[in-house]
Amino acid sequence: MSSAVFWGTLAAVFAAGLALTGLVENEYYYNALYLILQAMLMAVAWNILGGFTGYVNFGSAGFFAMGAYTTVALHKALGLPLPLLILAGGAVGGLVGLGVGYLTLRLKGVYFAIATLAMAIVVETLINNWTYVGGARGFYILTPEKHLWFDSYIQMLFVVMLLLTLAAVAVSRILNSSRLGRGLAAIRDDEIAAECAGVPTLKLKLISASVMGAMMGVAGAPFPFFVTFVDPVSAFNLFIAVNAIAMPMIGGTAHWIGPVIGALLVGTTQEVVKVTVSSEMNVLIVGIMLVLFITLAPQGIVGLAQRLRARGSR
Amino acid sequence: MSGMVLRAEGVTKRFGGFVALQEVALHVGPGERVGLIGPNGSGKTTLINCISGALASDEGRIEFQGRDVTRLPPHQRTRLGVARTFQIPKPFRSMSVLDNLRVPLEYAAWSRAEHRRIRDEAMETLELIGLQHRAGTSAASLTQVDMRKLELARALAAKPRLLVSDEAMAGLSSSEVDEILEILLALNRRGVAVIMIEHVMRAVMKFSERVAVLVAGRKIADGNPQAIAADPNVIKAYLGE
Amino acid sequence: MVSADLLANAVAAGVLLGGFYAAVAIGLAIVFGQLDIVNIAHPAFIIVGSYVAWIVNSTFGFDPVLIGVAVAPLFFGLGVAIYRLYYAAFERTGQESLSGLAFFFGVMFIIEVVLIMVYGVDYRLVQADYIGRTWSVGFVDFPLRMLVPFTVAVALTGAVYLYLSRTFMGRAIQAVAQDRLALQLMGADPVRVKQWAFGLGIATAAIAGALLIIIGPVEPSVGRQYIGRVFAIVVLGGMGSIQGMFIAGLILGVIESMVSTFVGPSWAPAVAFGVLGLTLALRPAGLFGRQ
Repeated sequence: MSSAVFWGTLAAVFAAGLALTGLVENEYYYNALYLILQAMLMAVAWNILGGFTGYVNFGSAGFFAMGAYTTVALHKALGLPLPLLILAGGAVGGLVGLGVGYLTLRLKGVYFAIATLAMAIVVETLINNWTYVGGARGFYILTPEKHLWFDSYIQMLFVVMLLLTLAAVAVSRILNSSRLGRGLAAIRDDEIAAECAGVPTLKLKLISASVMGAMMGVAGAPFPFFVTFVDPVSAFNLFIAVNAIAMPMIGGTAHWIGPVIGALLVGTTQEVVKVTVSSEMNVLIVGIMLVLFITLAPQGIVGLAQRLRARGSR
Repeated sequence: MSGMVLRAEGVTKRFGGFVALQEVALHVGPGERVGLIGPNGSGKTTLINCISGALASDEGRIEFQGRDVTRLPPHQRTRLGVARTFQIPKPFRSMSVLDNLRVPLEYAAWSRAEHRRIRDEAMETLELIGLQHRAGTSAASLTQVDMRKLELARALAAKPRLLVSDEAMAGLSSSEVDEILEILLALNRRGVAVIMIEHVMRAVMKFSERVAVLVAGRKIADGNPQAIAADPNVIKAYLGE
Repeated sequence: MVSADLLANAVAAGVLLGGFYAAVAIGLAIVFGQLDIVNIAHPAFIIVGSYVAWIVNSTFGFDPVLIGVAVAPLFFGLGVAIYRLYYAAFERTGQESLSGLAFFFGVMFIIEVVLIMVYGVDYRLVQADYIGRTWSVGFVDFPLRMLVPFTVAVALTGAVYLYLSRTFMGRAIQAVAQDRLALQLMGADPVRVKQWAFGLGIATAAIAGALLIIIGPVEPSVGRQYIGRVFAIVVLGGMGSIQGMFIAGLILGVIESMVSTFVGPSWAPAVAFGVLGLTLALRPAGLFGRQ
């Protein structure tokens, strides 16, 4: 996809989103779209360290929750506006990504994966015990009065999330085809060979982990305003953790468009299932899809498409 | 600044109780061709790993072009001009052959490459190796011999002053061995010093100006190839015991 | 001022708990320690074991430990089947790391969600004579619902240790990660050996599950609390060392018990990961690790 087509598509999607807010009033759609976009942002973020660099992060829920709880804490303490809260969430996520990375990215990938899980649980325990933000009992946030020119607050949140997600996709694409991206791919393919080819592997891995952490923190920052009641159970959600891994793996991890496709496909399916069947069924479905794709189509949908195209051109 | 491209002194490496290298010294002059031989398990690859930085030596000092690199990580040594190939090729499988070369050009040789011409420089290196027709092929689908060539090409793309070739010819046919030999000689003609680790004796003899012999972690001989070949200690190490 | 009474009981509880933790971790010690397979779904299999024990116990009244032992062969078969799937999809093609991890992650979620869908989120427990009784020595209490699992755990660890060091298959399992050549010289097929080892690991989950539900009530998400503990124990103990794993289990149990008693029970989940983090930062090979 050429740059012109890419940026044109992004602009068109954003314009369509804005147009939607003028046409549709039913809040259900904005709720659903917000969740799908949130999942897409998490998937794109995960893929930067997972797909591009080859290091699995099991603690996505932890980064997300940190963004959410940074918002809670700062909102309660200083009453900051949403844009600053998003920046703060990103900063916290990025710093934690850097910190966990610094401690464990020098060890084998497996230990990093376990360490991220550890981080998520430690953070959850800390927040459970932190009464200022509500601890285990949770925290209520009132929906703010101001929502610019939109009809309702949820419409504004939707547009904000749309903007954030599109920005993340753009960052991901730029990364994918840049010198930095090739360095990350070399690390993923063969870290020792990359190191001996002059790639500063530790530095690049740390950058990758920080970017991922920051994006996930950004994804979590508006969440308290979306749900109005935040508690550790909803923030450190099973669902968020599985989706962050499943969507990129189903869509295809090597390419920036993989998580986007995965999120659209899986996210829409989940919305439909949630409404028609049940929420637990969703986790079951995504778990089964994940296992099926990993075993049968490890390159994801993008990989399948590439193989079909290669076969077609013979 | 000493004239030496590589000066390794007193290199010792232990794995638990096992001493893999015991005070090994190796010097390589600019543009020199050195063969490194020794029975399996004598420590040749360990020595290379210590020189390239993949392993940290327990004792000893490694200098590259007069600069102490003993504590530097591998990627910095590569940037200074030490390149190595791996015994079992480690290509970047998700990339094309050409992109495999872009990585060292964009990282190891970044300051020495002409940035707008990265693609062209990669193609030039491929032509030197004879892989230019495979530029667009995925590295994962190369033949064994082409993978060895890609290993060499990638090391070359880092624009080294010293190249260590670790058993690049193992298991190849006679004509394939000659191909690799030609590449190494052509490289050497451009001023790159080469350490060749091999078991294919005729290649070592033909290629080397000097041969060093490693047995059980110690260097037992270092000198003229003909003299080494006739040295009773060397013969005993390979055939006897 | 810390009373001796409180301290002694905290330590005693910690030791009993730690022994139990070893039973929980032993399956992973085999699979991760010997085979380098990161089965983070292991605790989920333990929960399945707990539910099996609950179902049979509430229907027929059999003792949970006996149920666990009786069901272990079935779990062995399950383990073999899962390994074959894992092997066909990943090990053969060399894709282990990323995909293998994600595979078990997916399996873990599937197990948990199926349990929720079939049995709901209510806590389940088992009935047995010894649950509720306590054996006291001076001012130190040993609740039987912890002492019995501790004893079984010790027996289980001992049995696995003997198996791995004395039998042909056991030694083949130890060899398979370290020395493929030795394995071939022994005449053993690596795939069959790994299959057997994985089955053994899952079989221990049947017993560990029964022990878990004796100690306390179980519901589907309890498994996730044990992920950190099992990895902390295996890493702290050192890869490849069963004795090390047991000792690490005791250490973790005691630390957790002390934290729970003197700081607060809501901090206990973080202990395991704190231990894991410290181990990885200071001594990644663990106490008795082979590398």
